[in-house]
Amino acid sequence: MKINMRKCDICGTCVAVCPVDAIYVSEYEVTIDNDKCISCLNCLIVCPAQAITEEE
Amino acid sequence: MAEEKFDVVVVGAGPAGSVAARFAAENGASVLMLEREREPGIPVRCAEGVSHAGIAPFIEIDKRWIASTINVARLFSPNGEHAYMYNNGTGYVLERRLFDAALCEIACKKGAELRLRADAIDLVWENDQICGVKYRHRGEIKTVYCDIVIGADGVESRVGRWAGMKTAVMLEDIDTCYQYTLTNIDLQGDSVDFYFGNQISPGGYIWVFPKSQNTANVGIGISGHLAKNNPPKKLLDEFIGKHFPNAKKTYEVCGGVPTANTLKEIFRDRIMLVGDAARQVNPVTGGGIVQGMIAGSIAGKVAADAVKEKRFDKKFLKKYKKEWDKRLGHLQNLHYALKNKFFQLTDEKFNNIVEICKSIPPEKFTLKELFSSAVKGDPKLVAEIAKAFVVSKFK
Repeated sequence: MKINMRKCDICGTCVAVCPVDAIYVSEYEVTIDNDKCISCLNCLIVCPAQAITEEE
Repeated sequence: MAEEKFDVVVVGAGPAGSVAARFAAENGASVLMLEREREPGIPVRCAEGVSHAGIAPFIEIDKRWIASTINVARLFSPNGEHAYMYNNGTGYVLERRLFDAALCEIACKKGAELRLRADAIDLVWENDQICGVKYRHRGEIKTVYCDIVIGADGVESRVGRWAGMKTAVMLEDIDTCYQYTLTNIDLQGDSVDFYFGNQISPGGYIWVFPKSQNTANVGIGISGHLAKNNPPKKLLDEFIGKHFPNAKKTYEVCGGVPTANTLKEIFRDRIMLVGDAARQVNPVTGGGIVQGMIAGSIAGKVAADAVKEKRFDKKFLKKYKKEWDKRLGHLQNLHYALKNKFFQLTDEKFNNIVEICKSIPPEKFTLKELFSSAVKGDPKLVAEIAKAFVVSKFK
Protein backbone atom coordinates (compact mmCIF):
# COMPACT_ATOMS: atom_id res chain seq x y z
CA MET A 1 0.00 0.00 0.00
CA LYS A 2 1.13 3.52 -0.64
CA ILE A 3 0.26 6.76 1.13
CA ASN A 4 0.27 10.06 -0.71
CA MET A 5 1.42 12.44 2.02
CA ARG A 6 0.26 15.41 -0.02
CA LYS A 7 -3.29 14.19 0.45
CA CYS A 8 -2.92 12.62 3.92
CA ASP A 9 -4.36 14.57 6.87
CA ILE A 10 -2.47 12.41 9.45
CA CYS A 11 -5.76 11.56 11.15
CA GLY A 12 -4.82 7.98 12.03
CA THR A 13 -8.08 6.37 10.92
CA CYS A 14 -6.03 3.87 8.93
CA VAL A 15 -4.11 2.82 12.05
CA ALA A 16 -7.33 1.94 13.88
CA VAL A 17 -8.47 -0.52 11.21
CA CYS A 18 -5.12 -2.16 10.47
CA PRO A 19 -5.36 -5.77 11.68
CA VAL A 20 -1.61 -6.38 11.61
CA ASP A 21 -0.16 -3.21 13.13
CA ALA A 22 1.61 -2.25 9.93
CA ILE A 23 0.86 1.50 10.01
CA TYR A 24 2.77 4.11 11.98
CA VAL A 25 1.70 7.67 12.56
CA SER A 26 3.84 10.52 13.84
CA GLU A 27 3.34 14.25 14.15
CA TYR A 28 4.18 14.82 10.53
CA GLU A 29 3.74 11.58 8.58
CA VAL A 30 2.13 8.19 8.24
CA THR A 31 4.07 5.17 7.03
CA ILE A 32 3.02 1.66 6.04
CA ASP A 33 5.31 -1.28 6.61
CA ASN A 34 4.73 -3.29 3.44
CA ASP A 35 6.53 -6.33 4.89
CA LYS A 36 3.84 -6.58 7.55
CA CYS A 37 0.95 -5.47 5.32
CA ILE A 38 -1.47 -8.22 4.23
CA SER A 39 -3.23 -6.03 1.61
CA CYS A 40 -6.63 -6.27 3.31
CA LEU A 41 -7.40 -2.76 1.97
CA ASN A 42 -9.08 -1.67 5.21
CA CYS A 43 -6.94 1.47 5.33
CA LEU A 44 -7.63 2.35 1.71
CA ILE A 45 -11.38 1.98 2.22
CA VAL A 46 -11.70 4.11 5.36
CA CYS A 47 -9.20 6.84 4.53
CA PRO A 48 -11.36 9.99 4.55
CA ALA A 49 -8.72 11.88 2.57
CA GLN A 50 -8.48 9.11 -0.06
CA ALA A 51 -4.73 9.27 0.30
CA ILE A 52 -4.01 5.53 0.13
CA THR A 53 -3.60 3.51 -3.05
CA GLU A 54 -2.60 -0.04 -3.89
CA GLU A 55 0.96 -0.19 -5.03
CA GLU A 56 1.49 -1.60 -8.51
CA MET B 1 21.47 12.59 31.64
CA ALA B 2 20.09 10.84 34.71
CA GLU B 3 17.33 8.32 34.16
CA GLU B 4 13.90 9.83 34.38
CA LYS B 5 11.30 8.05 36.45
CA PHE B 6 7.66 8.86 37.18
CA ASP B 7 4.97 6.79 38.85
CA VAL B 8 2.65 7.21 35.89
CA VAL B 9 3.23 8.16 32.25
CA VAL B 10 0.17 9.26 30.27
CA VAL B 11 0.53 9.10 26.49
CA GLY B 12 -1.64 11.83 24.94
CA ALA B 13 -2.93 15.07 26.45
CA GLY B 14 -6.47 15.14 25.04
CA PRO B 15 -9.47 15.17 27.39
CA ALA B 16 -9.02 11.53 28.47
CA GLY B 17 -5.27 11.88 29.06
CA SER B 18 -5.42 15.21 30.85
CA VAL B 19 -8.18 14.06 33.19
CA ALA B 20 -6.31 10.81 33.87
CA ALA B 21 -3.13 12.77 34.63
CA ARG B 22 -4.99 15.14 36.91
CA PHE B 23 -6.68 12.40 38.94
CA ALA B 24 -3.43 10.48 39.28
CA ALA B 25 -1.54 13.62 40.33
CA GLU B 26 -4.11 14.93 42.78
CA ASN B 27 -4.17 11.54 44.45
CA GLY B 28 -0.46 11.61 45.06
CA ALA B 29 1.25 10.04 42.04
CA SER B 30 4.06 11.66 40.09
CA VAL B 31 2.83 12.00 36.50
CA LEU B 32 4.29 12.82 33.12
CA MET B 33 2.11 13.51 30.08
CA LEU B 34 3.65 12.96 26.66
CA GLU B 35 1.98 14.99 23.92
CA ARG B 36 2.97 14.55 20.29
CA GLU B 37 1.89 18.00 19.14
CA ARG B 38 3.20 21.41 20.15
CA GLU B 39 0.17 22.04 22.34
CA PRO B 40 -2.77 20.00 23.62
CA GLY B 41 -5.97 20.09 21.60
CA ILE B 42 -4.60 20.36 18.08
CA PRO B 43 -5.42 19.56 15.40
CA VAL B 44 -9.12 19.69 16.27
CA ARG B 45 -10.78 16.62 14.77
CA CYS B 46 -14.16 16.99 16.40
CA ALA B 47 -17.67 18.37 15.95
CA GLU B 48 -17.13 19.96 19.39
CA GLY B 49 -20.58 19.30 20.89
CA VAL B 50 -20.94 18.34 24.57
CA SER B 51 -23.65 18.43 27.20
CA HIS B 52 -23.35 20.72 30.19
CA ALA B 53 -24.15 17.80 32.49
CA GLY B 54 -21.33 15.77 30.96
CA ILE B 55 -18.47 18.22 31.43
CA ALA B 56 -19.60 20.12 34.55
CA PRO B 57 -18.23 17.52 37.01
CA PHE B 58 -14.75 18.01 35.56
CA ILE B 59 -14.30 21.70 34.92
CA GLU B 60 -15.78 25.05 35.80
CA ILE B 61 -17.63 26.37 32.75
CA ASP B 62 -15.60 29.20 31.20
CA LYS B 63 -16.88 31.26 28.28
CA ARG B 64 -13.37 31.36 26.85
CA TRP B 65 -13.86 27.86 25.43
CA ILE B 66 -17.57 27.98 24.67
CA ALA B 67 -18.49 29.01 21.14
CA SER B 68 -22.25 28.67 21.55
CA THR B 69 -24.91 27.42 23.92
CA ILE B 70 -27.40 24.88 22.61
CA ASN B 71 -31.00 24.50 23.72
CA VAL B 72 -32.57 22.41 21.01
CA ALA B 73 -31.75 19.70 18.53
CA ARG B 74 -33.42 19.25 15.17
CA LEU B 75 -33.75 15.90 13.46
CA PHE B 76 -34.02 16.05 9.68
CA SER B 77 -35.55 13.17 7.80
CA PRO B 78 -34.50 12.16 4.28
CA ASN B 79 -37.55 13.94 2.82
CA GLY B 80 -36.39 17.24 4.33
CA GLU B 81 -38.91 17.52 7.14
CA HIS B 82 -37.65 18.21 10.63
CA ALA B 83 -38.71 17.80 14.22
CA TYR B 84 -37.55 19.69 17.28
CA MET B 85 -36.15 17.94 20.32
CA TYR B 86 -36.25 19.97 23.52
CA ASN B 87 -35.73 18.77 27.08
CA ASN B 88 -32.23 17.52 26.47
CA GLY B 89 -30.58 19.89 28.90
CA THR B 90 -28.14 22.61 27.93
CA GLY B 91 -25.38 21.78 25.52
CA TYR B 92 -22.35 23.61 24.20
CA VAL B 93 -20.34 23.78 21.04
CA LEU B 94 -16.80 24.09 22.31
CA GLU B 95 -13.58 25.62 21.14
CA ARG B 96 -11.79 22.32 21.57
CA ARG B 97 -8.33 23.80 21.28
CA LEU B 98 -8.97 26.02 24.31
CA PHE B 99 -11.03 23.42 26.15
CA ASP B 100 -8.28 20.80 25.89
CA ALA B 101 -5.72 23.36 27.03
CA ALA B 102 -7.88 24.23 30.05
CA LEU B 103 -8.17 20.55 31.03
CA CYS B 104 -4.44 20.13 30.64
CA GLU B 105 -3.80 23.22 32.76
CA ILE B 106 -5.78 21.66 35.61
CA ALA B 107 -3.62 18.53 35.40
CA CYS B 108 -0.51 20.69 35.49
CA LYS B 109 -1.79 22.68 38.46
CA LYS B 110 -2.32 19.41 40.31
CA GLY B 111 1.32 18.59 39.76
CA ALA B 112 1.46 16.63 36.50
CA GLU B 113 4.33 17.38 34.12
CA LEU B 114 3.67 17.98 30.43
CA ARG B 115 6.18 17.30 27.68
CA LEU B 116 5.29 18.63 24.24
CA ARG B 117 6.55 17.49 20.84
CA ALA B 118 7.05 14.16 22.60
CA ASP B 119 5.96 11.35 20.29
CA ALA B 120 5.73 7.95 22.02
CA ILE B 121 7.27 5.28 19.81
CA ASP B 122 7.37 2.15 21.98
CA LEU B 123 7.06 0.69 25.43
CA VAL B 124 10.14 -0.22 27.44
CA TRP B 125 10.21 -3.73 28.91
CA GLU B 126 12.26 -5.38 31.65
CA ASN B 127 11.80 -9.04 32.60
CA ASP B 128 8.68 -9.15 30.40
CA GLN B 129 7.18 -6.25 32.29
CA ILE B 130 6.33 -2.79 31.05
CA CYS B 131 8.64 -0.36 32.79
CA GLY B 132 8.55 2.79 30.69
CA VAL B 133 7.93 4.56 27.42
CA LYS B 134 10.33 5.36 24.62
CA TYR B 135 9.60 8.61 22.82
CA ARG B 136 10.98 10.92 20.20
CA HIS B 137 11.49 14.43 21.50
CA ARG B 138 12.63 17.07 19.08
CA GLY B 139 14.64 14.57 17.10
CA GLU B 140 16.14 12.66 20.02
CA ILE B 141 15.06 9.21 21.22
CA LYS B 142 14.48 9.28 24.97
CA THR B 143 13.27 6.88 27.63
CA VAL B 144 11.14 7.59 30.65
CA TYR B 145 10.63 4.89 33.27
CA CYS B 146 7.38 4.38 35.14
CA ASP B 147 5.25 1.86 37.02
CA ILE B 148 2.06 2.49 35.07
CA VAL B 149 1.41 3.59 31.50
CA ILE B 150 -1.94 5.12 30.60
CA GLY B 151 -2.56 5.04 26.85
CA ALA B 152 -4.72 8.04 25.90
CA ASP B 153 -3.38 8.24 22.38
CA GLY B 154 -6.64 8.53 20.50
CA VAL B 155 -8.22 6.71 17.60
CA GLU B 156 -4.79 6.00 16.12
CA SER B 157 -3.66 4.41 19.41
CA ARG B 158 -0.61 2.22 19.28
CA VAL B 159 0.19 2.01 22.99
CA GLY B 160 -2.24 -0.89 23.43
CA ARG B 161 -0.81 -2.69 20.42
CA TRP B 162 2.70 -2.45 21.83
CA ALA B 163 1.40 -4.14 24.98
CA GLY B 164 -0.10 -6.94 22.88
CA MET B 165 -3.72 -5.86 23.21
CA LYS B 166 -6.12 -6.21 20.28
CA THR B 167 -7.20 -2.68 19.46
CA ALA B 168 -8.02 -2.95 15.72
CA VAL B 169 -11.64 -2.19 14.88
CA MET B 170 -13.71 -3.63 12.05
CA LEU B 171 -14.76 -1.40 9.15
CA GLU B 172 -18.34 -1.59 10.44
CA ASP B 173 -17.15 -0.16 13.73
CA ILE B 174 -15.55 3.06 12.60
CA ASP B 175 -17.05 6.11 10.94
CA THR B 176 -14.94 7.85 8.36
CA CYS B 177 -15.59 11.56 8.74
CA TYR B 178 -15.07 14.85 6.98
CA GLN B 179 -15.80 18.28 8.43
CA TYR B 180 -15.64 21.93 7.49
CA THR B 181 -16.08 24.98 9.61
CA LEU B 182 -18.32 27.13 7.44
CA THR B 183 -18.91 30.84 7.59
CA ASN B 184 -21.28 33.12 5.69
CA ILE B 185 -24.23 30.92 6.55
CA ASP B 186 -27.49 31.82 8.25
CA LEU B 187 -28.35 29.94 11.44
CA GLN B 188 -30.64 30.07 14.40
CA GLY B 189 -27.53 29.63 16.51
CA ASP B 190 -28.89 27.62 19.42
CA SER B 191 -29.86 24.44 17.58
CA VAL B 192 -27.76 21.44 16.65
CA ASP B 193 -29.03 19.75 13.52
CA PHE B 194 -28.79 16.10 12.51
CA TYR B 195 -29.56 14.90 8.98
CA PHE B 196 -30.32 11.23 8.43
CA GLY B 197 -30.83 9.15 5.33
CA ASN B 198 -29.25 6.46 3.25
CA GLN B 199 -28.51 8.83 0.38
CA ILE B 200 -27.37 11.66 2.65
CA SER B 201 -24.99 9.79 4.93
CA PRO B 202 -25.10 5.97 4.78
CA GLY B 203 -24.59 4.35 8.15
CA GLY B 204 -24.11 7.70 9.88
CA TYR B 205 -25.39 11.27 9.78
CA ILE B 206 -24.54 14.83 8.83
CA TRP B 207 -24.25 17.34 11.65
CA VAL B 208 -24.51 21.13 11.73
CA PHE B 209 -23.18 22.42 15.05
CA PRO B 210 -23.27 26.23 15.21
CA LYS B 211 -20.33 28.17 16.59
CA SER B 212 -22.16 31.49 16.10
CA GLN B 213 -25.13 32.84 14.14
CA ASN B 214 -23.19 32.51 10.93
CA THR B 215 -20.52 29.87 11.48
CA ALA B 216 -20.82 26.15 12.13
CA ASN B 217 -19.00 22.85 12.16
CA VAL B 218 -20.65 20.94 9.33
CA GLY B 219 -19.53 17.37 9.01
CA ILE B 220 -20.38 13.87 7.91
CA GLY B 221 -19.74 10.38 9.20
CA ILE B 222 -20.02 7.32 6.95
CA SER B 223 -19.77 3.82 8.34
CA GLY B 224 -16.40 2.41 7.24
CA HIS B 225 -17.80 -0.57 5.39
CA LEU B 226 -19.93 1.75 3.22
CA ALA B 227 -17.21 4.34 2.61
CA LYS B 228 -15.81 2.79 -0.55
CA ASN B 229 -18.83 3.77 -2.64
CA ASN B 230 -19.76 6.81 -0.56
CA PRO B 231 -16.71 9.02 -0.08
CA PRO B 232 -17.54 11.35 2.86
CA LYS B 233 -16.09 14.48 1.28
CA LYS B 234 -18.15 14.05 -1.88
CA LEU B 235 -21.41 13.57 0.02
CA LEU B 236 -20.64 16.47 2.34
CA ASP B 237 -19.84 18.78 -0.56
CA GLU B 238 -23.15 17.84 -2.19
CA PHE B 239 -25.00 18.59 1.05
CA ILE B 240 -23.32 21.96 1.46
CA GLY B 241 -23.97 22.91 -2.14
CA LYS B 242 -27.63 22.26 -1.55
CA HIS B 243 -28.09 23.70 1.95
CA PHE B 244 -25.42 26.39 2.23
CA PRO B 245 -24.62 27.50 -1.32
CA ASN B 246 -23.00 30.77 -0.18
CA ALA B 247 -20.85 29.22 2.53
CA LYS B 248 -17.12 29.81 2.76
CA LYS B 249 -14.86 27.21 4.34
CA THR B 250 -12.52 28.37 7.09
CA TYR B 251 -11.38 24.98 8.35
CA GLU B 252 -11.22 21.55 6.76
CA VAL B 253 -10.39 18.35 8.58
CA CYS B 254 -11.01 14.63 8.41
CA GLY B 255 -10.75 11.73 10.79
CA GLY B 256 -12.16 8.50 12.15
CA VAL B 257 -14.61 7.96 14.98
CA PRO B 258 -14.76 4.52 16.57
CA THR B 259 -18.36 3.30 16.81
CA ALA B 260 -17.36 0.01 18.39
CA ASN B 261 -17.97 -1.42 21.81
CA THR B 262 -15.34 -0.74 24.47
CA LEU B 263 -12.33 -2.97 23.78
CA LYS B 264 -12.52 -6.34 25.50
CA GLU B 265 -9.18 -5.65 27.10
CA ILE B 266 -8.52 -2.15 28.42
CA PHE B 267 -5.90 -3.00 31.03
CA ARG B 268 -3.04 -5.39 31.60
CA ASP B 269 -0.21 -5.53 34.08
CA ARG B 270 1.10 -1.96 34.43
CA ILE B 271 -1.05 -0.49 31.63
CA MET B 272 -4.51 0.99 31.05
CA LEU B 273 -6.15 2.46 27.92
CA VAL B 274 -8.63 5.35 28.06
CA GLY B 275 -10.80 7.33 25.65
CA ASP B 276 -10.77 6.76 21.89
CA ALA B 277 -7.77 4.46 22.41
CA ALA B 278 -10.04 2.11 24.39
CA ARG B 279 -12.91 2.79 21.92
CA GLN B 280 -14.90 4.40 24.73
CA VAL B 281 -17.18 6.31 22.38
CA ASN B 282 -20.96 6.36 22.12
CA PRO B 283 -21.50 4.16 19.05
CA VAL B 284 -24.82 5.81 18.13
CA THR B 285 -23.79 9.45 18.35
CA GLY B 286 -20.02 9.14 17.94
CA GLY B 287 -19.50 11.38 20.96
CA GLY B 288 -16.42 10.60 23.03
CA ILE B 289 -15.32 13.65 25.00
CA VAL B 290 -17.23 12.98 28.19
CA GLN B 291 -16.69 9.21 27.92
CA GLY B 292 -12.96 9.81 27.72
CA MET B 293 -13.01 12.17 30.69
CA ILE B 294 -14.96 9.70 32.83
CA ALA B 295 -12.64 6.84 31.87
CA GLY B 296 -9.63 9.08 32.51
CA SER B 297 -10.87 10.00 35.97
CA ILE B 298 -11.34 6.35 36.89
CA ALA B 299 -8.01 5.21 35.46
CA GLY B 300 -6.12 8.13 37.03
CA LYS B 301 -7.52 7.39 40.47
CA VAL B 302 -6.83 3.65 40.14
CA ALA B 303 -3.27 4.43 39.03
CA ALA B 304 -2.70 6.62 42.10
CA ASP B 305 -4.13 3.91 44.36
CA ALA B 306 -1.85 1.39 42.69
CA VAL B 307 1.14 3.62 43.42
CA LYS B 308 0.14 3.90 47.08
CA GLU B 309 -0.28 0.13 47.38
CA LYS B 310 2.68 -0.65 45.13
CA ARG B 311 0.39 -2.99 43.21
CA PHE B 312 0.74 -2.65 39.45
CA ASP B 313 -0.59 -6.03 38.38
CA LYS B 314 -3.75 -6.53 36.37
CA LYS B 315 -5.57 -7.95 39.38
CA PHE B 316 -5.31 -4.54 40.99
CA LEU B 317 -5.94 -2.52 37.82
CA LYS B 318 -9.10 -4.56 37.22
CA LYS B 319 -10.81 -1.93 39.41
CA TYR B 320 -10.62 0.40 36.43
CA LYS B 321 -12.64 -1.83 34.14
CA LYS B 322 -15.08 -2.72 36.88
CA GLU B 323 -15.82 0.92 37.55
CA TRP B 324 -15.98 1.77 33.83
CA ASP B 325 -18.50 -1.02 33.22
CA LYS B 326 -20.59 0.29 36.07
CA ARG B 327 -20.47 3.94 34.97
CA LEU B 328 -20.76 3.75 31.17
CA GLY B 329 -19.62 0.36 29.89
CA HIS B 330 -23.06 -1.21 30.19
CA LEU B 331 -24.66 1.72 28.43
CA GLN B 332 -22.13 1.55 25.61
CA ASN B 333 -22.88 -2.14 25.29
CA LEU B 334 -26.53 -1.29 24.73
CA HIS B 335 -25.76 1.54 22.34
CA TYR B 336 -23.51 -0.72 20.34
CA ALA B 337 -26.30 -3.25 19.91
CA LEU B 338 -28.66 -0.46 18.87
CA LYS B 339 -26.28 1.23 16.48
CA ASN B 340 -26.46 -1.29 13.68
CA LYS B 341 -30.21 -1.53 13.79
CA PHE B 342 -30.67 2.24 13.92
CA PHE B 343 -28.48 2.94 10.94
CA GLN B 344 -30.15 0.18 8.96
CA LEU B 345 -33.52 1.90 9.11
CA THR B 346 -34.95 2.66 5.68
CA ASP B 347 -35.51 6.23 4.56
CA GLU B 348 -39.25 5.63 4.89
CA LYS B 349 -38.77 4.74 8.54
CA PHE B 350 -36.69 7.87 9.17
CA ASN B 351 -39.40 9.95 7.48
CA ASN B 352 -42.05 8.28 9.56
CA ILE B 353 -40.20 8.93 12.82
CA VAL B 354 -39.74 12.61 12.11
CA GLU B 355 -43.36 12.96 10.96
CA ILE B 356 -44.60 11.62 14.28
CA CYS B 357 -42.15 13.79 16.22
CA LYS B 358 -43.53 16.86 14.45
CA SER B 359 -47.09 16.17 15.48
CA ILE B 360 -46.30 16.34 19.19
CA PRO B 361 -46.28 19.73 20.96
CA PRO B 362 -42.78 20.55 22.21
CA GLU B 363 -43.78 20.66 25.86
CA LYS B 364 -45.10 17.11 25.61
CA PHE B 365 -42.10 15.92 23.77
CA THR B 366 -40.79 12.71 25.18
CA LEU B 367 -38.67 10.85 22.74
CA LYS B 368 -39.37 7.52 24.26
CA GLU B 369 -43.06 7.76 23.39
CA LEU B 370 -42.44 9.20 19.98
CA PHE B 371 -39.93 6.73 18.81
CA SER B 372 -41.91 3.89 20.27
CA SER B 373 -44.96 4.81 18.29
CA ALA B 374 -42.90 5.68 15.24
CA VAL B 375 -41.58 2.22 14.65
CA LYS B 376 -44.13 -0.35 15.54
CA GLY B 377 -42.14 -3.45 14.78
CA ASP B 378 -39.58 -2.91 17.48
CA PRO B 379 -40.77 -0.23 19.90
CA LYS B 380 -38.46 -1.28 22.70
CA LEU B 381 -35.40 -0.89 20.54
CA VAL B 382 -36.41 2.51 19.26
CA ALA B 383 -37.25 3.72 22.74
CA GLU B 384 -33.75 2.78 23.79
CA ILE B 385 -32.29 4.65 20.84
CA ALA B 386 -34.34 7.67 21.78
CA LYS B 387 -33.00 7.51 25.29
CA ALA B 388 -29.49 7.24 23.91
CA PHE B 389 -29.94 10.51 22.06
CA VAL B 390 -31.47 12.24 25.05
CA VAL B 391 -28.93 11.06 27.58
CA SER B 392 -25.82 11.33 25.54
CA LYS B 393 -26.51 13.24 22.39
CA PHE B 394 -23.53 15.43 22.95
CA LYS B 395 -21.17 13.08 24.70
